[in-house]
Amino acid sequence: MERLDELESKSIYIIREAYYHFKDIGMLWSIGKDSTALLWLCRKAFFGRIPFPIIHIDTGYKFPQIYSFRDKYSSEWELNLKIGRNEDAILEGICPHNNDKLKCCSELKTNALKKLIDKEGYMAILLGIRRDEHGIRAKERYFSPRDSQFAWDYKNQPPELWDQYKSESEDSTHIRVHPLLDWNELDIWNYIEREDIPFIELYRALDGKRYRSIGCQTCCEPIDSDAKDINSIIAELQATKTQERAGRTQDKEEAYMMQKLRALGYM
Amino acid sequence: MEELRSRGVEATLPIVIVGHVDHGKSTLIGRLLYDTDSLPTDIMEEIEKSLKESDNPSEFAYITDHLEEERMEKMTIDTAQSFFKTDKRHYAIIDTPGHREFIKNMITGTSQAEAAILIVSALEGIEEQTKRHAYILGMLGIKQVILAINKMDLVNYSQNRFEELKCKLLSFLHSLEIKPNHAIPISARLGYNIAKAGGNMGWYNGPTIFEALDQLETKEDPVLKPLRFPIQDTYISDQKKILVGRVLSGKVQMGDEVVILPSKAKTRIESIEVYQNTKDVAEAGDSIGIVLQDDLAPKRGEVICHPQYSPEIKTRINANIFWMSYDPLQAKDQLTIRCATAEEHCHIERIEQRIDSSTLEIIENHSNILRETDVGKVTISIDRPMVLEDFNEIEGLGRFVLTRSGEICAGGIINSPISLYSECH
Repeated sequence: MERLDELESKSIYIIREAYYHFKDIGMLWSIGKDSTALLWLCRKAFFGRIPFPIIHIDTGYKFPQIYSFRDKYSSEWELNLKIGRNEDAILEGICPHNNDKLKCCSELKTNALKKLIDKEGYMAILLGIRRDEHGIRAKERYFSPRDSQFAWDYKNQPPELWDQYKSESEDSTHIRVHPLLDWNELDIWNYIEREDIPFIELYRALDGKRYRSIGCQTCCEPIDSDAKDINSIIAELQATKTQERAGRTQDKEEAYMMQKLRALGYM
Repeated sequence: MEELRSRGVEATLPIVIVGHVDHGKSTLIGRLLYDTDSLPTDIMEEIEKSLKESDNPSEFAYITDHLEEERMEKMTIDTAQSFFKTDKRHYAIIDTPGHREFIKNMITGTSQAEAAILIVSALEGIEEQTKRHAYILGMLGIKQVILAINKMDLVNYSQNRFEELKCKLLSFLHSLEIKPNHAIPISARLGYNIAKAGGNMGWYNGPTIFEALDQLETKEDPVLKPLRFPIQDTYISDQKKILVGRVLSGKVQMGDEVVILPSKAKTRIESIEVYQNTKDVAEAGDSIGIVLQDDLAPKRGEVICHPQYSPEIKTRINANIFWMSYDPLQAKDQLTIRCATAEEHCHIERIEQRIDSSTLEIIENHSNILRETDVGKVTISIDRPMVLEDFNEIEGLGRFVLTRSGEICAGGIINSPISLYSECH
């Protein structure tokens, strides 16, 4: 089997397992390339009609292109879109301009999701994280329980073997499901190219710069690049030795910031 | 210059590195990544920065230990994966913890591998987890094993020490029916016999680790086996009833006559559905939807097969199980057996032998308990019929997990390739 077919097939299997076991699930869509590829896989898994809501956690500091892309495709693909915002924290003035990035990420992203999960009662959340993104993510399971405080007990994860996943979640917990764990950055782009999946313009070079990883406008730095179309993006990635998230502030502030964010329930 | 991110579209060989704690697993992985130039520049910077803050000396092992605690305690807690490429192919390396208390993490990692490097320190020799990990390799059906005798620099590159350890290990592995492809004396720390020869080991003229890896074979293609399609779920789309799932083995074609087990209903394949399309044929590995000619209502867990190659259905099996829950198995426990997409209540009818997985000694005959890391040769009685096969015939229907109160607490193999009546004791 060709690599992309194998990855696609396994991801679809995992998505269908999550839906079978939990029914009350939602998929996190950051509108970036990975979660858009995951959304595409969900559409394929359910023959075009996704039977669960698609969640966008909106910090209010996303790029304008993110909002227009979201609205265009959620109507075109007939998505049941849910938007999660931590209004209380926003009113309290928590924002990326106040020097505490850890707090901003955990309030405007993690706690926004926490509130939405409490309100909607989701049993499981599908996420487009990949093992090769960051060292800490190399330790993830396909089905990974989080407690009511969202904490990830990475020392004591349930065993996972032979496509048998943790299929029950206790009260006040939810399961994070990671169908893209085996994919790498290049696989995602190769797949986007093969399937002709739309992606936001920020990934294309403009005036010698493009974004390689996208989050909040305030905390992302573009990289030097002349890659204006998907084939040149792929060629560029084949040649690079820099990490994908190098432009993301939350990974750089201090050693282990990503680990701390993950343990607090960050996506 | 080839590196981590240039992995293209071809398949990757997943390998696992196992062995006792501190025998050098993480160091070997660090070395494999370093020698293949697979480390992005900013990972090196990240590691150096973390090392500076925590005041630890720089070592290759830190490359794979991602958790703060792991770096502090200098040991791997959970499975992690990293990637490299040789001239011949791409590899995913699965690093597993060597501590007994993290055995379920080790099994999780190992179950994803097609080959293994068993690492043993020339200084410390064979220890408890060396044997237990070797046993797990055997139990999980991993036949391709490279033996790496590490820390040769700490035993003055002694050929005698190498031969002595090699001999002991081969005899132990023989009892598990594992025949290692190679035994290689190495120093992971100094990089000898990994990518190239080195150290004072002129007496060794076998392959390096990279040469040995490139000689490994990829798994037998399950397309060549009889058709097994375990039903995952039923969806209704455009008024069609679609049975979704992933083909486990063999091929299925539009119009094929099929039998659905265990219910034994017979029908034909009306169509094979994928998003916005149909296919004439699908094969092992494909996630598809099947529409049947007759209006049947097969359930999740049933298996679609060709009638001329259909398996037996069973309510009772003999198997070897590996217990990995902290709470022991009691003979009367209510359990669930999960195999492919099927799931039924079951109980252990009898534990013929309770075996210590690190020595392979029989602890007890006719036992009524299994403790963490024990292996049991057991008979399982299942409440309702299931499709279960010999592991050597259809891998995916010959291996299963047992759950208790929703937690996976054992892995099992039907007609395990390991003979538990070994000559070892």
